[in-house]
Amino acid sequence: MTLGLHLAVLAVLAALQLVLPPFHHGMVARVMVLAAYAIGYNLLLGYTGLMSLGHAIFFAAGMYGTGLTVHHGGFGVAAALVVGLAAALAVGAVVGVMTVRTAGPAFLIVTMMLAQAFYLATLHFNELTLGDQGFILPALEVTLAGRAFALADPAVKYNVALVVFGACLLASLGLVRSPVGRVLVALRENEERTRLLGYHTGRYRVLAVALSGLVSGLAGATYTLLFSYVGSTFAGVLYSIYPLLWTLLGGAGTTLGPLVGTLLMTYAIDVTSGITDAYLVIVGAALVLTILWAPAGVVGGLRARWARWLP
Amino acid sequence: MPVTLGPHLLLALLEGVVGALVLALTALGLSLVFGVMRIVNVAHGAFFMLGAVVTWYVSSATGSFLLALVAAPLAVGGIAVVADRLVLRRIGYEPESTIVATIGLLYILEQLVLMTYGPYARPVAAPIYFRIDFGWFGYSGYKLVVAAAAAFLLVAAWLALSRTTLGLYLRATQQDREIAQAFAVPVGRVYSLAFGVGGGLAALAGALIVPVQQAHYLMGLDALLLSFVVVILGGLGSLTGTVVAALVVGLADGAVSVLFSPTLAKIVATLLVGVVLAVRGRGLFGEELA
Repeated sequence: MTLGLHLAVLAVLAALQLVLPPFHHGMVARVMVLAAYAIGYNLLLGYTGLMSLGHAIFFAAGMYGTGLTVHHGGFGVAAALVVGLAAALAVGAVVGVMTVRTAGPAFLIVTMMLAQAFYLATLHFNELTLGDQGFILPALEVTLAGRAFALADPAVKYNVALVVFGACLLASLGLVRSPVGRVLVALRENEERTRLLGYHTGRYRVLAVALSGLVSGLAGATYTLLFSYVGSTFAGVLYSIYPLLWTLLGGAGTTLGPLVGTLLMTYAIDVTSGITDAYLVIVGAALVLTILWAPAGVVGGLRARWARWLP
Repeated sequence: MPVTLGPHLLLALLEGVVGALVLALTALGLSLVFGVMRIVNVAHGAFFMLGAVVTWYVSSATGSFLLALVAAPLAVGGIAVVADRLVLRRIGYEPESTIVATIGLLYILEQLVLMTYGPYARPVAAPIYFRIDFGWFGYSGYKLVVAAAAAFLLVAAWLALSRTTLGLYLRATQQDREIAQAFAVPVGRVYSLAFGVGGGLAALAGALIVPVQQAHYLMGLDALLLSFVVVILGGLGSLTGTVVAALVVGLADGAVSVLFSPTLAKIVATLLVGVVLAVRGRGLFGEELA
């Protein structure tokens, strides 16, 4: 039933591209990539119980790893993607090891500080990264079964986003239902007791941070390949707060929550930005309202009321 | 090189001292809120920024900087108390929910300022203007007045905490909330007071710095990060530690900024704090953050 539901969601997303008008077609493609980022965040917040305020470091590691190798090294899509993923995984492992002894707000502040240092570094080394201004990637294509697909083509963009999102969604579902996922949930519920049961809680925590970093980095790398831009904005505080908001709004600790939260929030921001320049006020309002009245999020609320079986 | 190093060092020292004292005032607010309420207030930088913006409004409307200096902390403290009652109290000061709520508050305040005040960086004329000639360069006298005012306010805050009944309530709540309540300390009101005073201190620092830095809706982020750095290095919940750390960090920041680059100074500071907190959950001194 659960696997069926997730496949049905992916099928709906796949079918949507046939009916969506061009603007929404592009929006949903973007939402799917960002939702993959939120899935990475949710692995940590929702299933391991660690609230990070520095996930932009992973997203940006994927983005810069991929973007810089394309820009300076002339790498192809596949090779650049591998570099991006390796960078994100490495950063994830380092952050995981560094934060292994911190809990609660301390974890949050350490991740925030590390991400801020990374962000400042992207500004400081601006001969390499072009800092704030960033750089635009050349037109890229992927070759599949002898045919070349240009990533700039909207249909290709949508389907690459769908494949990446689908892979992250199914992988997260697989992970949380696996024995490893159960241990992570045990960590969330009670780290001390999990340790007493004989699990190496430290190792599982490092693993959780590294995996979360890897998924977030995959989203960052995909984002840069599809939307051809690399810039330090994506390493900034806002891009650490977004996945927190998307995950909380959709429902932390639910596999479908990240998609729901990202979809709702991306459209809410789009509508608000048509009304005022200060559209980020909606981010603040959504954070406060969610934490006050819907701490379980949309999918979490549905699960509590009607569908206990939702993963 | 040795010929020019002297003036550079003197400038770095001056900038460092001024920055350090203002930082100490800002961070003291954050430290007080953490100590008494056991919460991390991410909106602290927004209070700092609001202080600067209110100062701009009041001093351009009335022409009096001194009036603005009184109005800013009162207005911002009031906003903080309202936020405490409307939001933080309702979520029971649960640490992670509080952080999420204060991030939300940060964006609401920042964007409301953007809507009303606009995206400009606007200066306020310094109430006193004179230059002190150091031979190699002239230095703004107002900056030294700011340093002196910040130092005075720090002493005043220390006296208020150690010599008044309200200060006693604050310290009692910090040490043990339940015992304090058993001794009829109105803990709920003390929380609101701490949040208000914390916001007010940040606003005061923001107000003092406007003539030097200009008021801008994004100025809060740096103040927030540096305050975090200071509060963590100085030890969570230790007010003396906060002030000492602010002096060290402020001086180091001034020196690295003048001699190398401001961005590099911030990279070093943030990495340092990340590492310190990762190795020792309680900061260099003080209590465990959990």
